[in-house]
Amino acid sequence: MHGHAHDHDHAHHPGLQHHFTTMSQQREAVTLGMWVFLLTEVLFFGGLFVTYTLYRIWYYDAFALASKSIEILPGLVNTVVLIGSSLTMALSVRAAQTNKRKATVNWLLATIVLGSVFLGIKVYEYSLKFEHHHVPGATFDFFSHEEAAGGGEHEAAGASVHTMGRAELQRTTQLFFSLYFTMTGLHAIHMIVGIGILFIIAWQAHKGRFDEEYHAPVEMTGLYWHFVDIVWIFLFPLLYLVERH
Amino acid sequence: MSSVHVSPLSTYLTIFSALMVLSAITVGAAFVNLGNFNPIVAMLIAGIKATLVILYFMHVKFSSRLVKITVVLSLFFVAILFAETLMDYATKGWIAGGAIPLH
Repeated sequence: MHGHAHDHDHAHHPGLQHHFTTMSQQREAVTLGMWVFLLTEVLFFGGLFVTYTLYRIWYYDAFALASKSIEILPGLVNTVVLIGSSLTMALSVRAAQTNKRKATVNWLLATIVLGSVFLGIKVYEYSLKFEHHHVPGATFDFFSHEEAAGGGEHEAAGASVHTMGRAELQRTTQLFFSLYFTMTGLHAIHMIVGIGILFIIAWQAHKGRFDEEYHAPVEMTGLYWHFVDIVWIFLFPLLYLVERH
Repeated sequence: MSSVHVSPLSTYLTIFSALMVLSAITVGAAFVNLGNFNPIVAMLIAGIKATLVILYFMHVKFSSRLVKITVVLSLFFVAILFAETLMDYATKGWIAGGAIPLH
């Protein structure tokens, strides 16, 4: 019974699981599974984007004012860094597809470095929020920073334009910062997980586990990483650029 | 035997450059007063950027029809999430003082 069945076994790639017939069948199944996972991720973040949209419509003035208090430059630098990391990730997948082991590892390491730079800048940004009392909670005080800086400029910038009084702005700007920390925090957690996976994949690539036939783990890690990049592409204008004109 | 599509290096560099240019445009556009169109322009640019990443970096352009359908399906689900929630939000006050206490 098994004599004939084993005749073609020598042709099987070591990366081929026994329940798949061919490598391309396996690759198709893996890719589809990954995209179904990403579909749940889209809805996961989607809920937060809906919440953001509702509160932004409702308390637009607070969102505009709170967004203006965030420095654009670190956010823009992070946009460049993260899209750059998507490029290095894509180049790593390409290197794996063309069986270039060393290049695969190096591009993965470059992706890890850029991801870490992003998180470092995020830590700097978070520390500014703590300094300015812009972290929701007992110590939240939206106006303390502006007034400490000898400003009172929000008065000029808005008191007449804004329909909300100071007490309302205190509460509603806190809503904006709650969403700011939830959305960027969830995004950062995804990046930390991603960097962990990148280390594992880089180690496996270094060990020579992948070639032009079998490199799905590199590709799937890429899909995850690009997804995280896309989330940031939407977060950047929504959090940093509400009303700059 | 390999049926893997390998994109040329130039594709990745072109897409990266396009993403950089679009990022610059989105910051620039935020400083121009377009009224109600400011958020629309911002989301349109983000949408174009996301599409470029999905098609070229994530290789969906070269993926099977089943994968393409799954990607579109995720957008469709999010559209339902947005549409139903915003519909509820926009119509809640229609029968003010009705049997159901509405804000």
